[in-house]
Amino acid sequence: MKQIRSLLLGVVAVGFAALVHAAEPIKVGLLTPYSGPFADMGRLIDAGVKAYVKAHGDTVAGRKIEVITRDTTGPAPEVGKRLAQELVVRDQVDFLMVGGFTPETLTAGTVASAAKKPLLVVNASSSNITDKIPYGVRYSFSFRQITQPLGAWAAKNGIRRMMTLVSDYGPGIDCENAFKDGFTSNGGTIVESVRTPLKSPEFGPFIQKVKDAKPEALFVWVPSGDQALNVVKTYYERGLDKAGIRLVILGDDIDEPVFNALGDKVKGLVTSLHYSTAHPTAENKKFLKAFAEVTGNAIQPTFMSVAAYDGMAAIYEAVKRQNGDLADGAKTLDILANLQFESPRGKIVIDPKTRDVVQAVYIRRVEPHNGRLENVEFETIPDVKP
Amino acid sequence: MTGSQTYRLPDGRWQKAEIVFWLLPIVVYFVASDYLLLASQIFIVGLFALSLDLILGYAGIVSLGHAAFFGVGAYTAGLLASHGWGEPLSGLLLGGIVAALVGWVASFMVVRGRDLTQLMVTLGIGLMLFEAANKAAFITGGVDGLSGMAMDKVLGIFEFDLYGKVAYWYSLAVLFVVFLVVRRTVYSPFGLGLRGLHYGPKRMPAIGASVYRRQVVVFTVGAGVAGIAGALLAQTTQFVGLDSLSFHRSAELMIMLVLGGTGRLYGGLVGAAIFMVAQNYLADLNPVYWQFWIGLLLVLVVMFAHGGVLGGLAALRQRRTKEATK
Repeated sequence: MKQIRSLLLGVVAVGFAALVHAAEPIKVGLLTPYSGPFADMGRLIDAGVKAYVKAHGDTVAGRKIEVITRDTTGPAPEVGKRLAQELVVRDQVDFLMVGGFTPETLTAGTVASAAKKPLLVVNASSSNITDKIPYGVRYSFSFRQITQPLGAWAAKNGIRRMMTLVSDYGPGIDCENAFKDGFTSNGGTIVESVRTPLKSPEFGPFIQKVKDAKPEALFVWVPSGDQALNVVKTYYERGLDKAGIRLVILGDDIDEPVFNALGDKVKGLVTSLHYSTAHPTAENKKFLKAFAEVTGNAIQPTFMSVAAYDGMAAIYEAVKRQNGDLADGAKTLDILANLQFESPRGKIVIDPKTRDVVQAVYIRRVEPHNGRLENVEFETIPDVKP
Repeated sequence: MTGSQTYRLPDGRWQKAEIVFWLLPIVVYFVASDYLLLASQIFIVGLFALSLDLILGYAGIVSLGHAAFFGVGAYTAGLLASHGWGEPLSGLLLGGIVAALVGWVASFMVVRGRDLTQLMVTLGIGLMLFEAANKAAFITGGVDGLSGMAMDKVLGIFEFDLYGKVAYWYSLAVLFVVFLVVRRTVYSPFGLGLRGLHYGPKRMPAIGASVYRRQVVVFTVGAGVAGIAGALLAQTTQFVGLDSLSFHRSAELMIMLVLGGTGRLYGGLVGAAIFMVAQNYLADLNPVYWQFWIGLLLVLVVMFAHGGVLGGLAALRQRRTKEATK
């Protein structure tokens, strides 16, 4: 009798707990720059999150998913820390998602790790970032990951002498080294490496220097946006294409703004990246459709939106597998760090040792596709480690 | 600038409003315990604004590169902590000293010129230090920032916690102590001399006061205080990024000081509090458009409250007393 009573009590307790869970939404704190010079990044990431919710509904395992957004204003470590702390302590979020730069990702990471709340890195791209965040899992990419294969591709396709041109700061130097690594280990030679100032550079003299040195090809990476557009424009203005110096460039530099400004000129340009809107899978079509719905076709998604979309996918999966009970942060982290699934970019695998993303990197060419210019993938390098 | 203001001899007695002001943080601690990290960052930025007030509001040296000294202090404390020297108070002190040294060297270039020249020189110093820190990525971590700061307990007792309680009291205590020193300075004959520089830079030499030496001293002290603020932010955030040296930070600081009111000791503190609370509140409501409201606030204050919020309040009080005596 006593046993039955305790059993009954147990059932009631579990039912009650489930009821409480059902009433309480699962909260995701999203940190990304919504204002200032990097607001575009915030827009892309925010829309990626919304697209996932749109495509998969806002309820998982009986619990509603609520996304709380906060503006980091740009690379601001103390703001990142403060917002993360407020989200954890005041709003009691279950997950932190940071779509920002490395500094604020790291400071939010100290908060997440102290509070034992999983943090999803959906943009920061410096190497080994998850080493410094015990509760962090990366779903985006690292610059090393996408640049090294491009160097290898160039060397394997008959290019022998190259120059590199990168922006003179951390990510740029990462790219320079990774490209050099991929290129020289496959028999190529880097004749010279040029670095341009981070702030408002005038590319003319740098590009002219490349033209005078006459390498077979030039590798370029500068921050995407205005700088990317300017450097590509200068490349054509100074006639390097006619001088027979090929341009090999990182994929995040070549998207809509460049297509809109330069049009057919950039046709045939070879780039590398882990995502292209032209990726021919059902998963990507679903993503594009949802993205167009939440943005009203106002912007085109980029790899940033995809990382945010995948971050949400990981959260949904972690909630589903624990049946809505997220009490144990370490267990949730463990699930997040052991995931593999089909993303709009292709299959991604999280390496449980590093909690970092392993994925295919694609070599793409700018071609007309679906009635406009797109980066069409023609070679796949599978399972690239970050 | 302050045409209708009456000039008085320095009066160092504590007024009631000041005592109330300094009791506020204790109330805040209990009432808004969810906002402690925001509050401690307000103290730090307030301290930083105080340092700018010292050189801008009192000595009249215009600076658009004050973040240079903030950043130097932050990196000093950051490098000490990431290389095993995690004791907070000595790190703070060293941050201040190194920043003061840099400020002392810079002051010889700054005080030579007048308004526009000063603006350009300070701007240049700020940009140079930013670029230097970017280039020296092997020391500073470059754009990825300086992480891995391990802080010891404050006074060997209080450990920095997730809720920001220790950071709150630590920042408040440092702010208060530095404030006392600055307050004592501006009410001293030296402080009166500074005001003299501001309002009559041509007359000061006529009474035998060296403009040059006073400016060098105040610029050095201002840089030192900025360095302490920077070190404090580095220690409570346990991270130093390039943004600590950025032009953006200098410019935002200027906005806060103008908002609160220059040359009033409390202007920087009030400005920082209004700016950051407004930013936090507005950005929570809508993360995309908060800058519009901040801009509107600034325009309104500049148009209708001469001398910032505190200047506006003082003018109101003056009008009231005038009406009362009629």
